[in-house]
Formats: sequence, structure tokens, C-alpha cells
Amino acid sequence: NGKIEWAMWANEQALAAGLILLTGGIVGVAGQFRDREFAAYSIAAGVFVCLLEYPRGKRNKGTSVERTGQYCFTVCVKSFGPLTRNYYVRAFLHAAICVPGGFILAAVLGCVCLGIASLIYLAAAIRGEQWEPILPWKESARKPVGESIKLPPQNPPPRPPAEMRRKRAEDLEAAAYVNPIAVTANDD
Amino acid sequence: MGNFAANEGLSVFVILVWLGINAYLFVQFYMNFLTERWFYTRVLLGDALSWARAPAACLNLNCMLILLPVCRNLLSFLRGSIQCCSRTAARQLDRNITFHKLVAYMIAFHTAVHIIAHLFNFEWFMGAQLYRNSSSLPFVLSQIGTGDNASYLNPIRTDQTNPTIVMFTTIAGLTGVVITLALILIITSSMEVIRRSYFEVFWYTHHLFIIFFIGLVFHGFGRIVRGQTATSLLENKPSQCKDQFESWGMNGTFCPKPEFAGNPPMTWKWVVGPMILYVCERLVRFYRSQQKVVITKVVMHPSKTLELQMKRKGFSMEVGQYVFMQCPCVSQLEWHPFTLTSAPEEDHFSVHIRIVGDWTQGLYEACGGDKNETQEAWKLPKMAIDGPFGTASEDVFGYEVVMLVGAGIGVTPFASVLKSVWYKHIQENQNVFTKKIYFYWLCPETQAFEWFADLLQSLEGQMTEKGMVDFLSYNIYLTRWKETEAAHFRVHHEAENDPITGLKQKTLYGKPNWDNEFTTIGTKHPEKKVGVFLCGPTQLADVLEKQCLSHSEAGVKFIFNKENF
Repeated sequence: NGKIEWAMWANEQALAAGLILLTGGIVGVAGQFRDREFAAYSIAAGVFVCLLEYPRGKRNKGTSVERTGQYCFTVCVKSFGPLTRNYYVRAFLHAAICVPGGFILAAVLGCVCLGIASLIYLAAAIRGEQWEPILPWKESARKPVGESIKLPPQNPPPRPPAEMRRKRAEDLEAAAYVNPIAVTANDD
Repeated sequence: MGNFAANEGLSVFVILVWLGINAYLFVQFYMNFLTERWFYTRVLLGDALSWARAPAACLNLNCMLILLPVCRNLLSFLRGSIQCCSRTAARQLDRNITFHKLVAYMIAFHTAVHIIAHLFNFEWFMGAQLYRNSSSLPFVLSQIGTGDNASYLNPIRTDQTNPTIVMFTTIAGLTGVVITLALILIITSSMEVIRRSYFEVFWYTHHLFIIFFIGLVFHGFGRIVRGQTATSLLENKPSQCKDQFESWGMNGTFCPKPEFAGNPPMTWKWVVGPMILYVCERLVRFYRSQQKVVITKVVMHPSKTLELQMKRKGFSMEVGQYVFMQCPCVSQLEWHPFTLTSAPEEDHFSVHIRIVGDWTQGLYEACGGDKNETQEAWKLPKMAIDGPFGTASEDVFGYEVVMLVGAGIGVTPFASVLKSVWYKHIQENQNVFTKKIYFYWLCPETQAFEWFADLLQSLEGQMTEKGMVDFLSYNIYLTRWKETEAAHFRVHHEAENDPITGLKQKTLYGKPNWDNEFTTIGTKHPEKKVGVFLCGPTQLADVLEKQCLSHSEAGVKFIFNKENF
């Protein structure tokens, strides 16, 4: 526990990069900058990266914290199988996506951030990390019920010796059961 | 609603003042660039000039402030000095990390506004050079200073370039990219998920702040934001000359070409003070770390808890304080905070460390925890200690009635408090203001009890001897238990001592009903100030804070204090 899973940091960095690409692209398009086709690309790239990176993966050790409402994104991302599970793929994907961002000023920051995220994902992939979806606990995952429970019990339940179970005359209040008739000492 | 003002008033006030200064600077600097000096600049840039300069001023303020809350030695010193005047004011200094984070968010926000405004600035500067038409004022303005390269307005000097290249070839642009990247990396590695799980990544990446501050200071050295010089304004008044731009400087006209210069860099004036203070802070930490610390005893407790008893010459502490510890043989650079579990009255100081990560595991092995035979004293690792630093627990003895709530390992500061209380009572010449302690320990499993149970048992015994059983009232809550243990409890429920901990006051199961607890205590101690101290998770803090506020009425006041680790 506590061993660094680089993918967790790469994920934060990539999500930030996606938001920055998106913002830069919106500025470029709304401000009607020159070369605004690159800005439009930046918007698309930003949205794509955000969708891919929003669902957090499951941690190898320790509790995984989900982002709010990430379940539907988890299902989408999971459906791409090895393409999204493997971090080498992600590292190269992010490296490729970020290149066109270097062509306009508005997307340069997002481009560099995504490049850094790509490097961290590469480190994660080299260490053998993988993206596992965080799925709700399913009923079927519980251990199957043992056979012995289907038969009636053969032995009485374990109890402490009779000495301990007996109601003590001097402390009737503390006892765990009530007698139908009063308890008296043997006097005959 | 209860006593919100007593609990939160000063914090809210500080935040409002800070926000107010931000707003004032923003508006003030926005308007500074609407003057005549900037008229021609605004011909090129419009309002984007002001939208870039206003957040820049706020960034100066916040970058100045951000270093201050993390100068823990300075704060500790201030806290001690203020404490004699006002305990409330002193408590504000506990919220240092919260304030540090708020300032960081503000820096991120202003950076975003600043960058977006500059995107527009670069775009329009470039556009002015590209539209090469001498009947366009922006183009004429951009041509000024081409000869001497000193009196120019447009930092983009030619049309044979593009904004990206300009950014990487100007001081402002290059430093801007570098420090923004540093800021983004610092922020992503400071997210709670990363910080709580991989402290090393957070700690090392955070040191990019050094690059951030160096770049920040040099950011304005290129004097890229340029306005008309004072002498030029006398000769070329924009209101009169702006429409004659096609004949500026020609024979027979009375409008010479305007001349421009940049503002001198200002940022260093804001940040140099805190930077020096922070350097002093690190020097103090280094000095304290060089003082020799000796481990006198190592105890391995169940539930992977390591206890270290240590001595250092001249070390003095108060209850509930914490220290930062460094173990060079485990890691040269890392310092980790731990609460002191010993009382000031003892001849040594101790910490109980839970083994959860790389560093704690390394420390455990360095102390011979994984070996079966006892470790020779000379083989124990060299340690360095910075501190102790004050936290809210110091205030415990200022209250007549006290509620202490510890969740899991959060009980550690209270070990110190309880021990100290006991020592104070033994030394009968001490007038102890605290008359009653209610102690709540919430724990998911029984094994973690061992070391603390020993402490409670010994206290219990000594209190009975002195006839002071009522002084300390404690409740231990098992918030999770296994089936087998539950069966055992049922069988032994008649025993006088608690079967798990051996303590007379029984262990309870599940979570406490706080409403009941607060009501009972409130009824028993009307007209009193009850200090509520928590060391535990944020959810519990929210619950207790609400309870304090809602039960503080008609006399009894519950004041909430939280440890912040």
C-alpha cells in the first residue's frame, strides 16, 4: 500500500489538459482567431480527452474514489476493451492528439500538458499498470452458500457451561432470560 | 442556529477581507489602463489590455500571500505571541493550510483570466502587423520604433512570424509558459487522491514552486506591456492627434510620432519579502534538523503501529503538538508530520506511527521491526526532528469541560492530553482548570486498542486510587465488528470488566448518537464553555460542527476545534 500508481496522476494531468485544450479552443473559435480550424480541433480534442479520462480507474491497492457520476463514462470506456485498458495505447494516443495543438497559441498550453500526461502514462504502462473499471459490487460476487446450510443442524448450538448460564438468585435483574415461575432456593 | 459567530466569525472575516482586496485590485488596475497613456495601446488591444493587467495585479497579491501560511515556524511563533491576547485569533492560524489552498485556487483562477486575455492580445498584435496598409492606424502604430527598437508599441516587430514563435522568444512568453506548467503540475499532484495516497509525488512536485517564483519574478523583465511615455504625451496628445496618424512626424504637422516604453517590473516588490521569510523558514528547519536526536526505545504494537521514544537536548513541547520527522537513511528529502503522544511532563517524547506507505515501512525496517531479536541501540537510525508545532489541542486546558473525539489513529493527540492531565493532578500544587473530560474513541477494529488500552487502564487504576473516578468519562465505540467477536460479547456481557479491553466502562457498538451526547453534556454543564476537539475524518468534523452550532444556546457554548492533517 502506498506504492505509487502513476496512472492516477497521469489521469489528473490528462483531465486538466483536456479542459485546457477545450478552453483554448473555445477562445480561438469565439474570438474568431486566424487558423481557427486548429481551435476547432482543439475543442474536439479537449472533449474527447475529457470523456476518456473522466472515469477513474480502479486502484490496485486501497480504496478507489469515483468522480461524481462517472458510472456511465466507465461503461463507455470499458466497452473499448484493450484499447482503453492498456496504458501504452493511451500514452501514444495522447502524444498523437497533442501535436496539432502546437500550431496555434491558444492550444499550446493544452498540448504541452497533454504531452506530459502522455509521458506519465508511459511510465505507468512500463510498470505494468492497467485501467480497470470501478463497478458496483454485484450480488453474484458473494461466496456461494455452503452445502451444510441446507441441512438441519445436527448438534445443539455452542454455549458456555451451565454454571454461567444459570440465573443467579442474588442478581435476578442482570439475567438474560425471564422465568415463567419464580426462582427459589432448594429448601426441601 | 447556535453560536455561529463564536465558531466561524473570524475566519469569515479574514476571507471577506482577502476577497475584498482582490476585488479592489482587480477593478483598480482595470481602470488604470483606461487612461490616456494607454490610448494607442488600446487601439490595438481594446479591453483585452485591461483584462490582462487586472488579474496580473491580483496574481502579485496572491503569490505574495501563498508562501506565508506554510512558514510553520513563523506561524508557531506568532501563535504563541497572539495566544496571550486572544485564543480565538490564535486558532485562526490553525487554518493555515486551508488558506493556502484558497489562495492557490485564486492564483489558478487569475492565471486563467490572464492567459485568455493575452491570447486575444497576441492575436490582435499579430493582426496589426499582418494588415499592412498605411491607412490603418494599428499598422502605423506597429511600425513605430522599427529603427531604434526602443520606442515601439507592438512587441511583435514583424509580419514574418506567428504568435507561438513570439511567445517562445520573448522573456514574458517563455517564463509565462514555464510557470504555468509548473502551476498545473503542482495542482494536479495536489489533488486529494494523489496527496493522500502518494505523498512523495505530491511533496516532490510541489517543489516546482521554486521554478514558479523565479519565473514569476523575471516574467515582467521584458517590459512587453507598453504605453506612451510622459514626454511623448506632451507632444502627441491622442485626443487631438489620433486622426492625423497618416501625417505624424511629417514636416508642417504638429503631431510627432508617439513614443512608447514599458513599465518596470513590479512583481519582485510583492514577493521578495515572503520569499525571504520562506528561505528563513527552511533555514530554521534545517538548523533544527541538525540537532541530535536519540531513539531511546522502540515498541512494536499490534495493528502495525510503531512507537518511537526519543530525546533531544532542549526539546520542550505542549500537549497535542506535532513534529516533522526525517530519517536520512530512509529518505534524504522527506519530512513527515506526526502527533506527539507523550506528555510534556515526561523525560522523553514519543510518537506512534502507523505503517501505511513507503516511508513508514522504511522506518519500520530501519528500526529493526521486521527482525525477531532486539535491535542494538547503536544500530538505530539517526533521526531529525523539526518542531514541535502548535495545534488546537494546546487549548484543551483552557476549558472547564472538554469533549475529546478521536477516530482510529486520530486518538494520538489525546494520548498526550490524557497523560498530561494525569501528571498535572499528581503534582497537586498545580491548579487544573479542566474539571471534566468526556472522551470518545471510534475505532473499526479491536486490535488497534492495545497500546491505548494500556494507557486507559493505568489511568483508570490511578484515578480509582485517588478517588477521582468521575473526572474522566470515556466511551469506546467499535464501528465494525466480526461475527465471531459478537458471539463472544454476548456470552460475557455480565462480566464487570469489558471483555475486549479489560476496561471497566464498557465498549459500545456502532456509532455514537451525537445528538444525545451533546444534549446530555449541555444539560449537565449549563452556562459553561465546552471545548470540542476532534482528530478524525472530515465527515465526522462536519457532523460535530453542526452539533456544536445547534446545541450552543441559552448559556452552554460548544466550541469546535479540528486538527488538520
